[in-house]
Amino acid sequence: MDGTIATTELMNSGAEAILRALKAQGVDTIFGYPGGAVLPIYDAIFQQNEIRHILVRHEQAAVHAAEGYARSTGKVGVVLVTSGPGATNAVTGLVDALMDSIPVVCLTGQVPTHLIGNDAFQEADTTGITRQATKHNYLVKKSTDLVRVIHEAFLVARTGRPGPVVVDLPKDILIAPAPYHDPNGQPHRSYRPCTEPDPARIKEAVALLKRAKRPVVYAGGGIINAGPEASRLLTEFVRLTGFPCTNTLMGLGTYPASDPLFLGMLGMHGTYEANLAMHGCDVMLNIGARFDDRVTGRLSAFSPNSKKIHADIDPANINKSVVVDVPVVGDALAVLKALIGAWKADSTPTDKDALVQWWAQIDVWRAKQSLRYTQNRDPGSIIKPQYAIEQLYKATRGRETFITTEVGQHQMWAAQYFKFDKPNHWMTSGGLGTMGYGLPAAMGVQVAHPDALVIDIAGEASTLMNIQEMGTLAQYRLPVKIFILNNHYMGMVRQWQELLHGSRYSNSYSDALPDFVKLAESFHAVGLRAEKVDDLDRVIAEMIAVDKPVIADICVDEKENVFPMIPSGAAHNEMLLGPEHKGEGQPGVTDAGMALV
Amino acid sequence: MANGNLRSATISVLVENESGVLARVIGLFSGRGYNIDSLTVAPVERDGSKSRITVVTQGTELVIEQIKAQLDRLVPVYKVLDLSEGPHLARELALIKVLGTGEKRAEALRLADAFRARVIDATTESFTFELTGATDKLDAFLDLMRPLGLVEVSRTGVAAIARGVKTIG
Repeated sequence: MDGTIATTELMNSGAEAILRALKAQGVDTIFGYPGGAVLPIYDAIFQQNEIRHILVRHEQAAVHAAEGYARSTGKVGVVLVTSGPGATNAVTGLVDALMDSIPVVCLTGQVPTHLIGNDAFQEADTTGITRQATKHNYLVKKSTDLVRVIHEAFLVARTGRPGPVVVDLPKDILIAPAPYHDPNGQPHRSYRPCTEPDPARIKEAVALLKRAKRPVVYAGGGIINAGPEASRLLTEFVRLTGFPCTNTLMGLGTYPASDPLFLGMLGMHGTYEANLAMHGCDVMLNIGARFDDRVTGRLSAFSPNSKKIHADIDPANINKSVVVDVPVVGDALAVLKALIGAWKADSTPTDKDALVQWWAQIDVWRAKQSLRYTQNRDPGSIIKPQYAIEQLYKATRGRETFITTEVGQHQMWAAQYFKFDKPNHWMTSGGLGTMGYGLPAAMGVQVAHPDALVIDIAGEASTLMNIQEMGTLAQYRLPVKIFILNNHYMGMVRQWQELLHGSRYSNSYSDALPDFVKLAESFHAVGLRAEKVDDLDRVIAEMIAVDKPVIADICVDEKENVFPMIPSGAAHNEMLLGPEHKGEGQPGVTDAGMALV
Repeated sequence: MANGNLRSATISVLVENESGVLARVIGLFSGRGYNIDSLTVAPVERDGSKSRITVVTQGTELVIEQIKAQLDRLVPVYKVLDLSEGPHLARELALIKVLGTGEKRAEALRLADAFRARVIDATTESFTFELTGATDKLDAFLDLMRPLGLVEVSRTGVAAIARGVKTIG
């Protein structure tokens, strides 16, 4: 992107032109699966050594792997799949990346242009199907458009609010010669995301924050997308102000979890102190989060007495569900820089007494220890899932550790009990809630960070959704650890059925499970099992020590639920606490309500 | 967000004239549950590179702000302009077929004349009128034609533009 006029060079085939464009975009890895329509690209891949292709076992996994790669590196993840079923299998991954704003470029094969619309073999209307599943998509119909579209796809995927982009490539376009040019550095004709915040809005925001008596900073995944420097600046800003800070599920790691100013995660399974601080605050600063329904609870009762500042790179997120007082459109990094500058430049003193009182109140909430649970340590005792995560966290401290998750109870326990002090080390499917995300995502992370410890914290039901990727782990010697909290249930479904459907456990029991130890062994991996609390630390230590993929089958308490919990349709101050807190008189929840919800 | 008064908005969207762009706009409306009361689209640049979509929609003030923001973030969108925020002109064209004989037929012709509808086709038992105007004028004319033998209508949907020197560009 040097702004010079691009010179073109005719390449022997469209496939070669694509590979050259990928190299120019800094791509070193592609996750993919071949098929008839993309064979010319596979042929071009075969004849070069700069781009590595990781052969997955299912196209959905290719997209999740690319997401893991992208989220752990800050780069664009690249996927290559064939036409028809290759493309349709990728759709879940694309929507996952769309919901969580993960930059992915997905190249899909297509039948030759003259066959499009003829119901040809392995034809699907890929651009039609993925239009609402992507940030943008393209069908390349002319060789002269090919390279421009590839470069543009990367620009769109990584800039503004990042997201997935599909480029659909008819086979004849891959075969015919095509002109190549480097990115020309010209701004896009119509796509111009706004990244620099309006200084007037920043001034308004700082004026509100300076006068705040009960402030809270609510930071989300947008800060991760803005790069590690944004997380550093968030930490600097929070410490500069002395304000309490909470993170969304997607934002974990943007503020160090071990810091005393951190309140923990907020939302449906957030901490008591984080949710009550949100409910009781008088000024809320939201940076890079989108007032998701899992965060807000009942909208009409959401933080009723606060002035709200919302900084987001996507103008469509502002006033979408929560009406705010100060909207700031911009990239989180630019917003934080501007906020720190304006905070220092504004000599208005903050209300220190009020802040001390506010922290005293927060400490009362904290003293509730809403994440408290009891683990019986007697040998032979059953393992509490929370304890398994805490022991895993302790055993991995001091190592470069990346955590991915599947979706369900184990995901929430991981978010609650594993402490993230750095961004880009936590990969989870937040928006779409895609079971089967964690194993392929871990694969992508491990490819990008071959020497790091990469653990998929899993449930036995979720992980089976993409278990075929054990083959990929074996083929590429990716020593991913799959840490299964095995409770023989789709635990979150079972929890909702217990709390909301009269304990009628309809189709949520994980019947006929495989023997995960033997399953691991059949995929050339190591299988371990912890059945009792006295097995746990040994299994964790062994899992970490082995330089191979491992499935650790951790048999945990089947009846354990995730608490605290804000039931759907309830407010932050109507949180349910766990069995440890029985009889403590929870605000806003009647005894009848406890029984019903 | 369901609270608040509904209003009608006439929104013009200048887009790259590429395949799928209309599907993108329509998919946005259907996917997010917004109403489309009327929609028109045609190329507006001499080289055919840009099209103008005019969409008439309804919603609360917040929903309409959402619609505009959601349209604006589509990659091939150059500009989104809410014409209903200021003085603007909105017109649509209808082709209206009325069958009848005798007094009803004569009455249809008299009313058409009053509305400045043009007769663009006629047989001994039918008229086809062409009428241009604001949506409510077309609606009023159609209401009058209904008892007089109205059998078929084809409407273009609304095309709109700001009054005065203001442009979308």
